[in-house]
Amino acid sequence: MSLVADPGLIAEGEETGSGRQHGYLSYVGVKVLGSIGSLLFMLVVNFFLFRVLPGDPARSLGRGHINTQAQLDAFNKTYGLGQPLPQQFWTFLKNTAHGNLGTSIQYRLPVSQLIWDRLWPTLLLVGISTILSTVIGVYLGIRGAWDRGSVFDKVSTGASLTLYAMPEWWLGLMLIAGLGVGFGFVPGLFPTGGLHSAGVNPSSLHGILDTTWHLTLPVVTLALAYLAEYSLIMRSSLLDELGEDYLQTARAKGLRDVLVRNRHAVRNALLPTTTVIALNIGFVVSGAITVETVFSIPGLGLLSTDAIGVPDFPVLEGTFLVASGGVIAANLVANLIYGWLDPRVRT
Amino acid sequence: MTTETTPEATGTAAPDAALLAIRDLHVTYATGEGGLPAVRGVDLTVARGQIVGVAGESGCGKSTLASTVLRLQPPSATVSGQVLFDGRDVLAMRWGELRAVRWAGASIVFQGALHSLNPVHRIGAQLAEPMHIHQPGLDEARVTERVAELLDQVGMAPERAKSYPHQLSGGQKQRVMIAMALACDPELVVADEPTTALDVMVQAQVLNVLSELVRGRGVGMMMISHDLSVLADLCDRITVMYAGRVIEEGPADQVFAAPLHPYSGALSAAFPRVGDPAARFAPAGLPGDPPDPRNLTEGCSFAPRCPRAAPVCLHDEPGLVAYDDRAAACVRIGEPDLEAR
Amino acid sequence: MTDIGAPRLSTRQLARRRRAASYRRTWKAFAAKRSGLVGLGILVFFIVVALGAPVLASSRGLDVTLANGPVLGPPSSHYVLGTDENGRSVLTLLIWGSRISLFVGLAATVISMVIGTLLGLVSGYFGGWIGRITFRITEWFLVIPFLPLAIALAAVLGRGLFNIVIVIGVTSWPSTALLIRSQTLSIKERAYIERAEAIGAGRWHQMGRHVLPNVMPMVFANTTLTVAAAVLTETTLSFLGLGDPTHTSWGTMLDSAYQVGAITTGSWWYVIPPGVCVVLVVLAFTMIGQALEEVLNPRLRARQ
Repeated sequence: MSLVADPGLIAEGEETGSGRQHGYLSYVGVKVLGSIGSLLFMLVVNFFLFRVLPGDPARSLGRGHINTQAQLDAFNKTYGLGQPLPQQFWTFLKNTAHGNLGTSIQYRLPVSQLIWDRLWPTLLLVGISTILSTVIGVYLGIRGAWDRGSVFDKVSTGASLTLYAMPEWWLGLMLIAGLGVGFGFVPGLFPTGGLHSAGVNPSSLHGILDTTWHLTLPVVTLALAYLAEYSLIMRSSLLDELGEDYLQTARAKGLRDVLVRNRHAVRNALLPTTTVIALNIGFVVSGAITVETVFSIPGLGLLSTDAIGVPDFPVLEGTFLVASGGVIAANLVANLIYGWLDPRVRT
Repeated sequence: MTTETTPEATGTAAPDAALLAIRDLHVTYATGEGGLPAVRGVDLTVARGQIVGVAGESGCGKSTLASTVLRLQPPSATVSGQVLFDGRDVLAMRWGELRAVRWAGASIVFQGALHSLNPVHRIGAQLAEPMHIHQPGLDEARVTERVAELLDQVGMAPERAKSYPHQLSGGQKQRVMIAMALACDPELVVADEPTTALDVMVQAQVLNVLSELVRGRGVGMMMISHDLSVLADLCDRITVMYAGRVIEEGPADQVFAAPLHPYSGALSAAFPRVGDPAARFAPAGLPGDPPDPRNLTEGCSFAPRCPRAAPVCLHDEPGLVAYDDRAAACVRIGEPDLEAR
Repeated sequence: MTDIGAPRLSTRQLARRRRAASYRRTWKAFAAKRSGLVGLGILVFFIVVALGAPVLASSRGLDVTLANGPVLGPPSSHYVLGTDENGRSVLTLLIWGSRISLFVGLAATVISMVIGTLLGLVSGYFGGWIGRITFRITEWFLVIPFLPLAIALAAVLGRGLFNIVIVIGVTSWPSTALLIRSQTLSIKERAYIERAEAIGAGRWHQMGRHVLPNVMPMVFANTTLTVAAAVLTETTLSFLGLGDPTHTSWGTMLDSAYQVGAITTGSWWYVIPPGVCVVLVVLAFTMIGQALEEVLNPRLRARQ
């Protein structure tokens, strides 16, 4: 029974509620299209960098294994060099789609094979540190904002600011010096580099534990470097939320403080944090490159830094493609998660 | 706890029927620049089935007053006095008791419904939330039913439960807030500026809903607004606040039509009555701004803006004096005007 | 109203006075924050060191052929911070290295800010396809991970001081552009733009006279944070071997330290000081930038 005299009078521009279900799907569609656009742009940048910018791509890409005119002709044919630029770009796209990323100058092996071999250590490193830094960083930020001004907050914020100002690989060097090599009479607890100990079968249980032991310091390094930023952002956005009116509504309903915080405030404060985490994925990948170098982890990062000195352009091009493609894909996933968290972007 | 009324307070319904009795309430906020006294000794009573209006400009302390009913003021604020809900002091209650009062005993329809709803939760979930807190045994089907009932009572379709706040208009959000306030069948509803920022048509409908629910269920209501005409329409009695104190109190129609205190007079005159030719020529609006609570002058806090201020007004702050069923805090009541109208 | 006797100020003079007054107010608010002042102090210290390098430590100390200290010698009375693998004083390297690290950071920031501000203004101010295309390009650029791009660009361009400045400048403009764009968008909505249009002000006049001065404060705050990032990037790129081999910077010091195994030999004096200097400079810029942001963004200030 309505308490209002005439419900028909209430028609102040009723919004159509039916758009909701389609809202998320169309949002997904938009984001996927955007990612495809990013991918294409990245391919253009790649092409420009490696084929257009250097004077003679044949020389830079084929150095070391092109010695005869016949080889040069074959090389030119494969890469379509000597043809007009748009055609070269098309050839480049075709080759990339087929997984033909050229041959490494250093190793004389197909770049795609090198990348495939080195992929999983990088994935492990980036994946585990992202999860750790996100979970721990968000928790520290929440606690810091809720207990604002406390000793915990001050120490946590100060430490985060300092970690944020540090090159992550330098932190890695410090950790190696402290916990790998040891100092004074304290022995090193962790290996100073590499992924496996000699003579251990990586697929065995012992091997898995060994790999974990080797990955501990690198993961800790990367995680520390980024949890600092996430904790600062989470703290800041939660502090912003704490002034909002809907929290008073929640308290007035009789909700316990913890639930007001977690169910209402944090849920909203997570939104800017998710955006930052998404934006940061590129930096985590960049950080992985330097951390792998410092710890000699045989992943994609070490592959690219080893290629700098030569310079092994096919490898550099291949790793650039894979790294960028990975970041674009991860960004898409992050955007989809954000769209699920915040209903306001779906309309 | 006895519920005797003090001489200056209202002489309304019988003391033992008082649903809400605020006694000598003082609330001071702690700010960076020292204490900010928002409420300075307020008495207020609401009986069951009665609608009491609280009028005043922004900053006079009425929202602070409302928040103390459920002890929602910030922990850093200093509070003294009593807020007796059904005879028990909300300010002194233990957490368990307070939690039971919150929403199930008394609920608040908050001002500015634009931000009083959580933007990432659906309306239905927010309506169901107090039910889950106070009636945990209720099964889901019954909760969904009840949510649909509540929406229906404020004239909204039950499908709206799946919407998010940003998909609703201002008026719809306000109605959701009202529905939410009714969710646990409270005995007292505090409506804090429920019609501000709504256009006139919607305002009328919202006020309709509010009055029906009070009359129909015997719920008591404390309604806060700066619009005296709205209060005059709906309320049984009106309390007028200025600078944290009550400066007039009485039956609604009398306070509106024949105000005793010059401030109530100005508030009342600010809203012209249709069909009254004299109102078209009456000066509307007051010079100056409401006083800064941190820098209150000696004497009557309204004196700087009062058209009837006399030298004595600058020395002593007048107390509430009873006149039959009414009360006002002005020493110049009954004296002739200094300027002719 | 001015009385007839007093000299009348032109509008430009009035505007200048008002601007000076608002700068003074901003400085007062900034100085009230301890973190901003600490950051400023640290920065001033390093700038003094960098500018005064020839006075503080003879440039001959950088010459490998003249070095006669012990190889990787620990700190002693003669060499306060020890020596590197060539026998040079680490302290001398540190002092001279500050020049390169700060110079590259500042120069790269100039490039990044110019590109970022221009593109941000354009994408924010112009609607239609110009605005949208520039926005899309900015977004796409933002997604590309910066280190692989920087490595690729540096490998193609080759090593050198000028090149590294370009690499950092060209890879760090997108975040600035996005910030400027959102600022421009919000300013565009404001009434005085409408008024300017109503009196017939042209587009470029509007941008120059109205939009830009109001965007500048945020640009300034963002600049300090960009310098912090640029210094970090230079250190990283130099560490990876992409820096200028002829000039010492804190990054190249760490690269050398790593190459000669300073970690395993425990030559902490070679590894810790350059890193600490980087951390201090980055912290300084970050604290200044955050304090400025809080002063200029009233919403943040209210939260205090």
